[in-house]
Amino acid sequence: MKINQADLIPILIVPALMLIGFLAIGSLSTWLTLTIAGLAMGMIIYTIASGLTVVFGLMDVLNFGHGVFITLGAYLAVSIFAGMHGFLLSPDILRNLLAIGAAIALAVVGTAIAGAIFERLLVKPVYGDHLMQILVTMGGLIVGEELIKVVWGVEQVNVPIPAFLKGVFAYGDFAVEKFRVYAFAVGLIAFLGQMYVFSQTKTGLLIRASVHDREMVEALGYGVRRLFVGTFIAGCALAGLGGVMWGMYQQTLVPQIGSQMTVLIFIVVIIGGLGSTWGALLGSILVGIVANYAGFLAPTFALFSNIAIMTAVLLWRPQGLYGAAAR
Amino acid sequence: MSPLLSLNGVHTHIGLYHILQGVDLEVESNKVTLLLGRNGAGKTTTLRTIMGLWKASGGTITFRENSIAQRSTSEISRLGIAYVPENMGIFPDLTVKENMLLAARGAAKVKDIDQARLEWIFSLFPAVHRFWNKPAGKLSGGQKQMVAVARAIVEPRDLLLIDEPSKGLAPAIINNMADALMQLKAKGVSILLVEQNLNFARRLGDNVAILDGGKIVHASPSDEWFAREDLQQAHLGLTL
Repeated sequence: MKINQADLIPILIVPALMLIGFLAIGSLSTWLTLTIAGLAMGMIIYTIASGLTVVFGLMDVLNFGHGVFITLGAYLAVSIFAGMHGFLLSPDILRNLLAIGAAIALAVVGTAIAGAIFERLLVKPVYGDHLMQILVTMGGLIVGEELIKVVWGVEQVNVPIPAFLKGVFAYGDFAVEKFRVYAFAVGLIAFLGQMYVFSQTKTGLLIRASVHDREMVEALGYGVRRLFVGTFIAGCALAGLGGVMWGMYQQTLVPQIGSQMTVLIFIVVIIGGLGSTWGALLGSILVGIVANYAGFLAPTFALFSNIAIMTAVLLWRPQGLYGAAAR
Repeated sequence: MSPLLSLNGVHTHIGLYHILQGVDLEVESNKVTLLLGRNGAGKTTTLRTIMGLWKASGGTITFRENSIAQRSTSEISRLGIAYVPENMGIFPDLTVKENMLLAARGAAKVKDIDQARLEWIFSLFPAVHRFWNKPAGKLSGGQKQMVAVARAIVEPRDLLLIDEPSKGLAPAIINNMADALMQLKAKGVSILLVEQNLNFARRLGDNVAILDGGKIVHASPSDEWFAREDLQQAHLGLTL
């Protein structure tokens, strides 16, 4: 999706914020560590939030149950990790990759199937009714979490990190956890993949066109309903992938992780502008970077830094950075 | 010979409003049928009902002997009906090329579109070629209208439904549009045309149907109707 050249200002916020962070932190190595950690956190959040924002833009559906797919993805991955513990802790990187690959594959497929069921049972009956969507999908989140508790229990679970992702990349005073660099790379791949689909494939064209005028897309002979369902399922699968990454990022897992993340991803989507993929990316990176800078500079502020960013953005642009008016 | 499209006793309700109140209309193959009427008569509703964008609450709609009243819009489109709405239905964030590619259902890439047909479209609407890589939202009203019609014919369709193509256009552009539609007509394309500009309509029309109060109150060859000032005055409150 292309960005209007006249609307580049929001993008400039990120480097400006990095510069302010550098001046406030005063140490290049600390700043680099925090910035990369923030970018990694931001890209994981983006992976989760991008599905939500596309679903809203295309289907006009407010899915407050999105968080359950994060939880499900993370727990499915933990189950694979438990079964492939030897592979995970092996010094052989190929065996590590096999375990991670299997975990991601199961999380993505499992959340996609769960997403299809969720759409059919809960979302389809409430198309066009935002209030009902909020109530029904929140109900779905609660029921989903309870089902996850039934299957995996209520106790906190440790999420093991594969051997090759443990440790740090160090260069002089600068050190950054390997996992964060890889998490950033996975998020970046997810982003580039989405950009490719949106800009280079007919399916992407149809999604972009349907966001603007679904009636006309129907009149051109395409069944938008199938596109809706496919996009919803893809959004859930992305949340599942994000759940795997978030679980490994946090290294612990509780059944409430999805509802805890729901607030964060809605903040990101609101900052970016409902329905905007670019906006979700910027919002995620802003949230990730500010959370890390604030955690270092003013830990008490870090608790409400997300809300502070959202408030500032909405005061500046009530539609969000790339909301419907600017998209 | 049975008509290409026929509406029999079609009713359409939008919310509490009863807009079409038993429309009977026939569109013949290889002809341009004008659908005229005052504001609010139900012309746009008729086109939208044919396309399935609003469902008929009564009556039958038959296209090439297929009943289409209860089919989905995408199915109706795939049967061979193209629709150019009053607001043109252009996707402003997409380039002209992408708008055209979307309309070519059989093409995954631009190179898959019938190149000879594309050249013909470029000859009809040079603006489509000139602004090929521009976002469609950046074009003028006339250029957008040309893209909208070009998009409707990027693949062969049996029937075009066009809603007020001259609306808001400068006179020179209206002439270009009329010339292009004349060429389409010469190619044997069947068109159901809603139009307020009578001079424009007269150049194109073979048959005319007048809609008033949600019903067809007159149908005849267009030459006959355009020759009768009394009918024009009675039906539209104006004459050419």
